Amino acid sequence: MKLTLTLNGVRRTDEVAADTTLFSYLRDRGCLSVKCGCETSNCGLCTVWLEGKPVLSCSVPALRAQGKSVTTLEGLQEEAAQFGAYLADEGAEQCGYCSPGFVMNVLSMVRELDNPTDEEIKEYLAGNLCRCTGYQGQLRAIRRYLQEKGGAK
Amino acid sequence: MKTKYVSTGVRKKDAMSLVTGKPVYTGDMVPPNALRLKLLRSPHARAYIRSIDTSKAKLVPGVVCVLTWEDAPQSRFTTAGQTWPEPSPYDRLILDRQLRCCGDPVAIVAAETEQAAQQALKLIQVDYEVQTPLLDFTQAKDNPILVHPEDNFRALCDVGTDAKRNLVSTDCCEVGDVDEELKRCDVVLERTYNTLANSQAMMETFCTFTYLDEYGRLTVVSSTQVPFHARRILSNALEIPKGQIRVVKPRIGGGFGAKQSVVSELFPALVTKVTGRAAYICYTRQESMTNGSPRHQMQMRVRIGADRDGTIRAIDLHALSNAGAYGDHGPTTVGLVGHKSLALYGSLIASRFTSDVVYTNTMGGGAYRGYGATQGIYAVESAVNELAAQLGMDPTVIREKNMVRQGQTMPNYYGEPCNSCTLDQCMAAAKEHMDWDNKFPRRVLPNGHIRAVGVAMAMQGSGISAVDTASVEIRLNDGGFYTLLVGCTDMGTGCDTILAQMAADCLDCDIADISVRGVDTDQSPYDTGSYASSTTYVTGGAVVKTCAQLREKILAEGARLLGVSPEEAEFDGDKVFVPGTDRCITRKELGWASFEGHSRTLSASQSHSSPISPPPFMVGMAEIDLDPETGTVEVVDYVAEVDCGTVINTNLARVQTEGGIVQGIGMALYENVQYNAAGKLLNDSFLQYKIPTRLEAGTIRVAFHPSYEPTGPFGAKSIGELVINTPAPAITEAIRNATGLSFHSLPIRAEDIAMALEKQNHD
Repeated sequence: MKLTLTLNGVRRTDEVAADTTLFSYLRDRGCLSVKCGCETSNCGLCTVWLEGKPVLSCSVPALRAQGKSVTTLEGLQEEAAQFGAYLADEGAEQCGYCSPGFVMNVLSMVRELDNPTDEEIKEYLAGNLCRCTGYQGQLRAIRRYLQEKGGAK
Repeated sequence: MKTKYVSTGVRKKDAMSLVTGKPVYTGDMVPPNALRLKLLRSPHARAYIRSIDTSKAKLVPGVVCVLTWEDAPQSRFTTAGQTWPEPSPYDRLILDRQLRCCGDPVAIVAAETEQAAQQALKLIQVDYEVQTPLLDFTQAKDNPILVHPEDNFRALCDVGTDAKRNLVSTDCCEVGDVDEELKRCDVVLERTYNTLANSQAMMETFCTFTYLDEYGRLTVVSSTQVPFHARRILSNALEIPKGQIRVVKPRIGGGFGAKQSVVSELFPALVTKVTGRAAYICYTRQESMTNGSPRHQMQMRVRIGADRDGTIRAIDLHALSNAGAYGDHGPTTVGLVGHKSLALYGSLIASRFTSDVVYTNTMGGGAYRGYGATQGIYAVESAVNELAAQLGMDPTVIREKNMVRQGQTMPNYYGEPCNSCTLDQCMAAAKEHMDWDNKFPRRVLPNGHIRAVGVAMAMQGSGISAVDTASVEIRLNDGGFYTLLVGCTDMGTGCDTILAQMAADCLDCDIADISVRGVDTDQSPYDTGSYASSTTYVTGGAVVKTCAQLREKILAEGARLLGVSPEEAEFDGDKVFVPGTDRCITRKELGWASFEGHSRTLSASQSHSSPISPPPFMVGMAEIDLDPETGTVEVVDYVAEVDCGTVINTNLARVQTEGGIVQGIGMALYENVQYNAAGKLLNDSFLQYKIPTRLEAGTIRVAFHPSYEPTGPFGAKSIGELVINTPAPAITEAIRNATGLSFHSLPIRAEDIAMALEKQNHD
């Protein structure tokens, strides 16, 4: 089936099978930042944006993106590096495998929530698992990032 | 020693690649023409393959081969990544006719696409002779059901292996006379504790691709902690010479010990050997959980004896460990149960540690952060907490009275010296930071919730004494920058950066002038790999030695070029110069000079091993909020006071600690492992196996109390494993302080607490 979408700002059309997940479609198109950590929509590693909203790409059929815009970390490199620098300065990226999905969701959160509290941050990101860090360093990085951007409680 | 980088929070060298999602992991580099692999796995916990018909599967378009036990080499091996001769028995085949646990591989399908492989799986017809499985590990020893009846089973080391009794290993070591000493004690407490086969649950599952390179050699690119051991294991299993194998480790998406076993490597390697084609396998999460390399399930019996004043005189500890279907890491993990728990108590007059490791038809175990110490410390620390309660003592006071101190020798830790230890300071700081004296044991909040605290101590090792070996090479290049070649595996822990910090301080240069490269077994110097908390201590030791050697070479060459003797010159990191004159040659010029018309490359390489494994120590204190209505426990605050010797990277050590504690919280409260009656694992996804999210992590406060380990690089010991050991006993104790209920099995789920409280109210 034909799929036309805007991927990281570039409009393209591809032939895809009906059962292709958005995850597989994106990996096959070279968006290798997108990772899979489970098959049960639990881990958040495959988070991308569909029309600017975070979705779990492993659980979205590619054809659902018909006519829509999809953003992966490849399309947000500058912003990823800006926030990522705060993670890096905490040593909180560790193995980094959950980073792309986590960063996508953080960048979505900063668009969606004004001055989030720690509880709101944890709630928003609860679906992004990380086995390395114990989450503390990630929270410190987010707080510092928000502070410097202006607008943390 | 004044340092510029050591003991600072240097950003990891690979950090920006990781946070911006660069394709640096195994699965991101798969050759486009690689065959996709799927494994047909046994639906039975114990069965014999009467016959397999793969003819229909082979007809699926795109299927290139279907391999069964008939196609696999018949030499047994172990997949445990350990120094040869491995203590783990040689009990595996890549594909075996006898199946020993649910999910054991039955056939490998290799196809052009994943879909074709998946479709072919369904068309393989297997005639299984289903046999009664042995599932209860407490009944395994001398059970008539034999897990490994095969004739070509082999044990390389004398660890008491007896396959005819389902024994992977058995051991006994005693210091003093425990039975006599226990008789002299005023109080003797006996308890049995149970832990489960926890999954490491690293975010990147097991994955590997293989291909034949331009020389016809087998190249194995894999997410592994043990590239050099993997090379040997591949050679054993595939029956091809080691010289024909190259193992490459890209970035690793977490390991925690899981990847100290060769789990996914053999299947694509066999396919490449048979077909000559590149091959790729990526385990599903389910496969990683059902047939990975989890922590060994254990049952531990503790007898602990003390005087009425709280002096702990003797501990008798017995561990029964469930190896599951295969003996990987079985004999060695169990050793740490005793050696890294009993040594916490310097007061012991006598101690005994006995163990049996048994085969069953459950999933095979492996290495998981803590490696037996986690189980042993949970048991011993819980017993000490219960002893303190029985004596009416504060559990911090009984520890202050009995804990190991710097300067002691540790008879139950291989007789090694305790050169460096600030455990006493850790305890004092923990009490202060937790406000222990006010919070112990509990208080009831206005909403009916109970706040309670619990404490535990922990230790680990730093590498394996006199076994672990690390080599590094450092080269001065044209332009004056250095290349640091390492064989240890950075799995997110940051060892590439930590070693560069040490090298930069040893060579008095900017850390940006040191580029690090690891690991490629064709190019990297030998290292046993990243496990046993060895990298900072052992490989770090090699870095310090190598830098010293390189400095000598640089000085000698600089002096030669300046026309003076090395004694007349000095090297300050930037230049070799003759003091009191303006004669000098810069590092950059030296680099160029050594590359032009020369036979003197400025390169050094040293190996390092340590006869001892100095323990890092810590104290952990948990404050929990327990809802007596539902039994829900929330760890609201965790205080971690750590002595890892000199802290090399303050940020990374802190994050290691926080991460280890949250894994420990998962083990204590959530991570359950259940089998159905036929031996099938039920908790095989993140839906059923609940690792903590950020909502369960609470607040963790970490502080360091560095001792100085004289045998360590810059005084460092280790950090990686130590930090997982305190949550289970500390939280167990906090729950007991909250409810009066003593739990002896992990995890302690909300429903367990709610039902026990219900029963308590009725009784």
